[in-house]
Amino acid sequence: MKRLDRDKLITAVGAPVLAVLAALVLTSLIILISGKDPFRAYQVMIEFGTTDRSAVYIVNKSTMFFLSALAVAIGFRMNLFNIGVDGQYRIAAFFAAAVGGALSLPGLIQIPLIILVAMGVGAIWAGIAGVLRTTRGVSEVITTIMLNSIAGAVIGYYLTAGRLGEKDGNLTHTPNIPESSHIFMFGTSVGDINGFVVFAVLAGFLYWFVLNRTRFGFDLRSVGRSETAAAASGVDVKRMIVTSMVLSGAVAGLVGMPTLLGESYNYGTDFPLGVGFTGIAIALLGRNHPVGIALGALLWAFLERTGTQLEFEGYDQKIVEVIKGIIVLCVVIAYEVVRRWALRDQQRRVGEELARAGSNDKAEVGA
Amino acid sequence: MRRVTKIAAAGVATAALAFTSAACSSDDSGSSDKGVGLAFDVGGRSDASFNESAARGYDKAKKEFDIGGKELTARDGETEADREQRLTSLAEAGYNPVIGVGFAYGKSVNKVAKDFPDTTFAVIDEASQAENVAGITFAEHEGSYLAGVAAALKSKSGNVGFIGGVHNNLIKKFEAGFVQGVKDTKPDVKVDVKYLYESDLKGFQDPLRAKGIAEGMLDSGSDVIYSAAGLSGTGSIEAVAAQDGAWAIGVDSDQYRDKALADYKDSILTSVVKNVDVAVYDLIKSVQDGEPLTGDHTFTLKDDGVSLAASGGFIDDIQGDIDAAKKKISDGEITVSDTP
Repeated sequence: MKRLDRDKLITAVGAPVLAVLAALVLTSLIILISGKDPFRAYQVMIEFGTTDRSAVYIVNKSTMFFLSALAVAIGFRMNLFNIGVDGQYRIAAFFAAAVGGALSLPGLIQIPLIILVAMGVGAIWAGIAGVLRTTRGVSEVITTIMLNSIAGAVIGYYLTAGRLGEKDGNLTHTPNIPESSHIFMFGTSVGDINGFVVFAVLAGFLYWFVLNRTRFGFDLRSVGRSETAAAASGVDVKRMIVTSMVLSGAVAGLVGMPTLLGESYNYGTDFPLGVGFTGIAIALLGRNHPVGIALGALLWAFLERTGTQLEFEGYDQKIVEVIKGIIVLCVVIAYEVVRRWALRDQQRRVGEELARAGSNDKAEVGA
Repeated sequence: MRRVTKIAAAGVATAALAFTSAACSSDDSGSSDKGVGLAFDVGGRSDASFNESAARGYDKAKKEFDIGGKELTARDGETEADREQRLTSLAEAGYNPVIGVGFAYGKSVNKVAKDFPDTTFAVIDEASQAENVAGITFAEHEGSYLAGVAAALKSKSGNVGFIGGVHNNLIKKFEAGFVQGVKDTKPDVKVDVKYLYESDLKGFQDPLRAKGIAEGMLDSGSDVIYSAAGLSGTGSIEAVAAQDGAWAIGVDSDQYRDKALADYKDSILTSVVKNVDVAVYDLIKSVQDGEPLTGDHTFTLKDDGVSLAASGGFIDDIQGDIDAAKKKISDGEITVSDTP
């Protein structure tokens, strides 16, 4: 048993360390080729990324990334590839914003209502893919990608003046939600930390608890490992697929909430796009574990924050995109390399032990 | 396993920090009057259109006044916080003026300007809402009017088309001017108006969709197509170039001279040029002269803020009519409406 833990430790620590080291070496090479000093770039990133104002930005930005990665991770644990988090969070935020802008209830009622609408819409949108997968056998990879475009079209249709939107200069957005529905903020001297971070932490805890401490979580993970084995042990696989897509979509619905409730107060043509795809990378990086995802989200926010500063110091800000891409690639490769190494190591040891046992047997027979 | 993953994750973070902080060495950072801070919209300096025009004015001013400058570019999928950060970085480092290129910076410029009362800010295509902000807008409708005149005179079929990138107030100004220009010149010419997207900003970078719509217009008889759609316009120009006798009208920069469009330049009748460079240069000059521009400024046809390009010589034969229309607008004889 101890032996096994050591192996797992090597896989778990070895792989990410290897990946980050490899990413740093490769990035340094790329910066060197472009004729700049890589160490100076890292220094700029560290110095700027650790200022108080950066810390506030990083916490706020990573809240969004964390929720998005969590939504993706639910699917991953189940062996479902939900590429549709992007469409799910946008359509969820849009309808939540429309409902929030139309009502003016006390905040204590309206904030939960807005959040529930978002989770509901996200769940329905993802659920479509789940139902199509179980009833018609359509791959969720295809449907979720297509549903992303459809979400964009639906939002585009309703987000016009006279339907659910209103004009504001060159932008169109839903009516602002009332002030009572603004989320609480943790004020600091250099900016406010979005109160939604509390909900994100809570969501992370619930994710861990449900997956690891409940019957449902066990079923979900077992379907992810092997559908046939799970079915044989009495798990309703089809129901699990729909349920986990719905859950994934509900969490995706939360992604837009920090922005809606704490920053923009409406859904407009300037609402952030593409966070759902960032979530896929972070879920991979964090190995679907809430703590890993949280660290990945913080790292991503740190890179986003320092990208602008790198450009300021004369580096191309695309360097940051290169770093991100290399890290994800390295993580995937490193896990595979370390896993194979550990497997070989284990086989070798088992072989040795068997050989030793065999020679003992012979010795006994001989005696 | 769970505990182990936690330790692993912590390991990643420490390793990353250790590795990077070990790499620290040199340093430098200063402040005060460094020159111009320019924040581009998505697409950046070399978008062959809007941003590039701003960059031209910036380059000219930098050279002429022998000052420094810093250019930063927007990424895809930004939030207000990102734009605010970019402008704050520039102002904090001592750049003056700080210019946001594009209406995306409308809110953030006006907000950040309040934190830096001694710095002059400017935003292109959006109004000013703070004391030290210059809101620079253009009379796109006046330039488009001239394009309408040219289209009406050059059309043989009596049908012309307008393709807008996004159905917002800015692009509606182009439509309004163009339609009025056509109707004032030849009332019986029909104008087919289409927008790529109702509100989605990707309408400015979807050449395929523009190409499809342009092909549809050509099929239904239009022979001059004016696209006000940023990068998408390249798609409709491509479609027009494939049909003999059809003309495309470009936008923002003189697209006849655009290297990326060199294959199609013989089909580009003219372009409605938005002289963002003139505006950017004027703003930098005003700061250099110690009398910074603030408040709203509209650059019109009269002061060459917008103009109609004559490159290629395709409109030489009708230049007289265009000059006459331009004079009428400048003299106030014709008022071009900015809403359709």
